[in-house]
Parts: sequence; C-alpha cells; structure tokens
Amino acid sequence: MSRANKNRRGIADLPSAVLQIPIVCSLIGLWYGLTETDILPKFFFGEPFKVFGVLWHWFTSGEIFPHLGVTLVETVLAFVVGAVLGLVIGLWLALNPTASRLADPYIKAANAMPRVVLAPIFAVWFGLGIWSKVALGVTLVFFIVFFNVYQGIREVSPVLLANARVLGANARQLLRTVYLPSATSWVFSSLHTSVGMAFVGAVVGEYLGSARGVGYLILQAEGVFDINTVFAGMLVLTAFALVLDQAVGVVEKRLLVWRPTHGETEKL
Amino acid sequence: MNTQTSAAAVAVAGVAAAVPGLALENVTCTFRAAAGKGGYTAVKDVNLTVGAGEFVSVVGPTGCGKSTLLNVSAGLLEPSSGTVKVFGEPLVGMNRHAGYMFQAESLMPWRTALDNVIVGLEFRGVARNEAVARGQDWLQRVGLGSHGHRYPHQMSGGMRKRAALAQTLIMDPKIILMDEPFSALDIQTRQLMENELLDIWSADRKSVLFITHDLEEAISLSDRVIVLSAGPGTHPIGEFAIDLPRPRDVSEVRLTPEFVRLHDEIWHTMKEEVLKGYVQSQQK
Repeated sequence: MSRANKNRRGIADLPSAVLQIPIVCSLIGLWYGLTETDILPKFFFGEPFKVFGVLWHWFTSGEIFPHLGVTLVETVLAFVVGAVLGLVIGLWLALNPTASRLADPYIKAANAMPRVVLAPIFAVWFGLGIWSKVALGVTLVFFIVFFNVYQGIREVSPVLLANARVLGANARQLLRTVYLPSATSWVFSSLHTSVGMAFVGAVVGEYLGSARGVGYLILQAEGVFDINTVFAGMLVLTAFALVLDQAVGVVEKRLLVWRPTHGETEKL
Repeated sequence: MNTQTSAAAVAVAGVAAAVPGLALENVTCTFRAAAGKGGYTAVKDVNLTVGAGEFVSVVGPTGCGKSTLLNVSAGLLEPSSGTVKVFGEPLVGMNRHAGYMFQAESLMPWRTALDNVIVGLEFRGVARNEAVARGQDWLQRVGLGSHGHRYPHQMSGGMRKRAALAQTLIMDPKIILMDEPFSALDIQTRQLMENELLDIWSADRKSVLFITHDLEEAISLSDRVIVLSAGPGTHPIGEFAIDLPRPRDVSEVRLTPEFVRLHDEIWHTMKEEVLKGYVQSQQK
C-alpha cells in the first residue's frame, strides 16, 4: 500500500478481525435477544449461554476429544483412500482410451447417484464403526479427485511429453516424471473441496448411525430434543472444519511452491 | 544453387563429411483429416541433409510445415513415406542422437531449473551426485549459475530458454534440432542468445537443424540456408551456402555488404512463397 493511501485511513484499512468480531457478537446478541424475549421459542432455537455452557463442559471435561478424534480419523482416512483411488483410476483411464470409453457411462451414473443413500448399505456392510463412515467419505472424495486427475492428465502439455521423450524417457519414466506430478498437482488443487467432502462424509455417516463422533453427539441430543447440545455440536463442527481448511491451506502452500501465484513478482 | 560449395564448407578440419549427420530422403507427411475424406499433406518429397558439424537453417513462410520436419527428424512423427537416416542408419523409433529445443515452453513447471536440466541424465540412470555436478556446470555455461533453485515461473522468458538449452545440450546430442527457439524473446535477448549459441556450437561442433521464420537470424547463424515453399506439400525450393567468416557476431554481421547481398538473394526466392502463405492463411 502506498504512503499516500496510509494517510487517509478508511474502514477498509482496519484489520479484518476488528470488523468480524463485532459481527459475530451482534449475531449472538440478536440470537440471545430473540430467544430471551420468546419471539423465537427457546425449545426450537436454544439459548446461546446454555450452548456455551455445553461447549465449556465438553472442552473442560475433555468429553468431546474422543469424538472429535474419531471424526478426524474418519475424515483423514476417507480423504487418503479416496484420493489414492481417484488418482490411480483417473491416471489409468486417462492413459487408456479403450478402458475410458467402456467405463464412461458407469462413472457418470455413479457420480450422478446421491451418495448419501449408500450410507445404510455401508452401515450393513461395515458395521457402525468408523469404516462405514470412511466408505461414505471415499465415495464423495473419489469422484472429485478422479475427475480432476482425468481432466488434468488429458491436458498435459504435448510439448512436455515430446520433450521428455526426446530426452530419453521410457514409458515408466514418462509416468513418473510427467504424468504423476501433473496428476498430483490436480489432486492438490482440489484439496480444499475434497477434504471438505471427506468431512461431510464422516459427519453424515455418523449422523445416520454410529456409536461415536461429533455427528453421533448431535444425533443423541436431537433424540432427546436437547437443542442446545445440537447447536453446540454444530459450532464444534464448524470450528473444526475451519481449522481443517487452514491446515489444508498450509499443506497446499508447501507442496505447490512451483506453481505461480497470481500476480507474483520476484526481484531477479 | 550452391550445394557443392556448401558441402565443401562443411568439411571441418579438412575431413569431408561423407556420411551426413541427418538425411531426410523423399519424406512426405500426410495428416489424416479430422473428418471426412482426404488429408493434409504438410510436407512433400523433402530431401534435406545436415552434414556432421554443419549448421543448417530452414526458413519458410508461416504454417508451412517446418515443425513437421523437425518432429520427423526427432522420431516423434513417422513420415507417411520416405526415410530418415541418422549417420547413415535408417531411423526407427526415437532419434537417440538428437536433442530438440522446442518453440513452446518445455520445462517441467514442478521442477527447479537444475532438476529440469538434469532430467535427461536421470532418464539415462546417471547417479544423482554426478548429474547435479554436470547440471551445475551447464547452468554456469548458459549463464544461470546462481539460478538453479528457481522454478520456471520464477524465471524470465530468456532464462527459461537458457535452461531449455542446457537441458538439451547436457545430453551431448550429435544432432540438435531447434524449432524457432528464440522467437518468443525480445530482440536484444535474442541476439545475446544467438551469440551464445554460436559460441557453444563452435566449441563442440554438432549438426544443427535450425528452424526459423526470421531470415536474418538464419543467415547470421548458419553454414547453409534452405528455403521452403508455402504449404500444403511444402518442399525445399532453394538452398544457399552462407560463406560469411566465423566467428561471427550476429548483430555485427548483419551490417556487412556480403550479408545484405545474401539477404537480398534469399529474400527474392522467399518473397513469392511468403505471399502465397499469407494469402492461404487469410483464406483459412
């Protein structure tokens, strides 16, 4: 920012947090006001201070951590399994036109199907433990990664391929030095979406039937109309998703150093 | 046309190059049309030789199939008919004696300059330590000594071309194919690169087949300039020996009367084809 601009300090120059904190405070205040005056019934909308009480209890007693841990493990497993499967199958189909032509309608159909309906089947197959949630997450992550890799591989620059071939790459070396890095870069570029989907898979899976996890807490609370606990669970999930997204951002930055960021200039 | 004199000029150190480094014999390339019948004949009945240690430039109007000739020479493309001979041997598959410098960006964006330069050695199975040492040496030679850690997007266009040049030359190819390698550079950087190319080439004479649309570049670099007709069915229509003394400085040699005479003579042959090419590109 130039010196001239600094002199006229407008609202836009304040740190974002200074503006964002009052917004969230007034939203909570509004929530409190509306429920306290019974404009909104407490039974359906909960009470902010009781919600914070639940949160306080969860974190001080440490009750929440095993549940968060389970949800995190499910998310990570769903992402890893889904991404690896998507990468391998995406690479394979992109490099094999015949297989790709045969598989095309099935892939489209599988992607079009609402994956949530699979949750009961996964529960039957894999039980109520973490694996049924991982399976649901995998079906969500797989297609994101798969389509990204598939498209990415088909758009690998022909000049890069020709260059590698002239430099003496055989088929395996071509896969390792051109196709794979190119495909992984597409996996990473869809990292935010796919990690988010893995998380959705885990929580929805838990919600539809489980014995642990944050989704399970919400399900239990809803069963006894404990709206405050439901809201507390939602807040925990939201915060957790934000932390996860930040972590992905850090990983992405480290892994994609070679990628030009928009408008980046560097002194030579 | 002076093919005879050029052959003599090629004879470096008094030994006549009996077997040319690269020879295209009656090469025709027809591409199947995307839809319907027929096809597009990019090049037709091309006979072209590059002697061992000779620097040959090919000039021609835009879109005349110059790159096709290089792809055929590199073994990336099989000609529809005709043969390619490399040091007298018919070419099967990839041309293992050739290095190829592309017109477009060819560096891998996910590798640093150094890792890009040594990728060919990696394919060959050279140990990492040795490859890195040789890569550093080549980076030094092309003037990128301290920039080995940069990724392509952190380098300027000229630096990327230097890295690509090092990437090609580190493999020590006997034949270098260059497809308008400097066309994307500004004129000053370009002349610098051309002089550096001549320096590197004269230190260790390779056969060079250099494609360009820039006649001045062709004359100032080459031993011989070949003029192609407009497409389709491109074929050589003229061949000129360039007997300007070496070593040359590309920006100075352009001012000599001999250069101007050659330029006039070659341009006279080219002009009609360039116009044809222009008209065709308008009709497309």
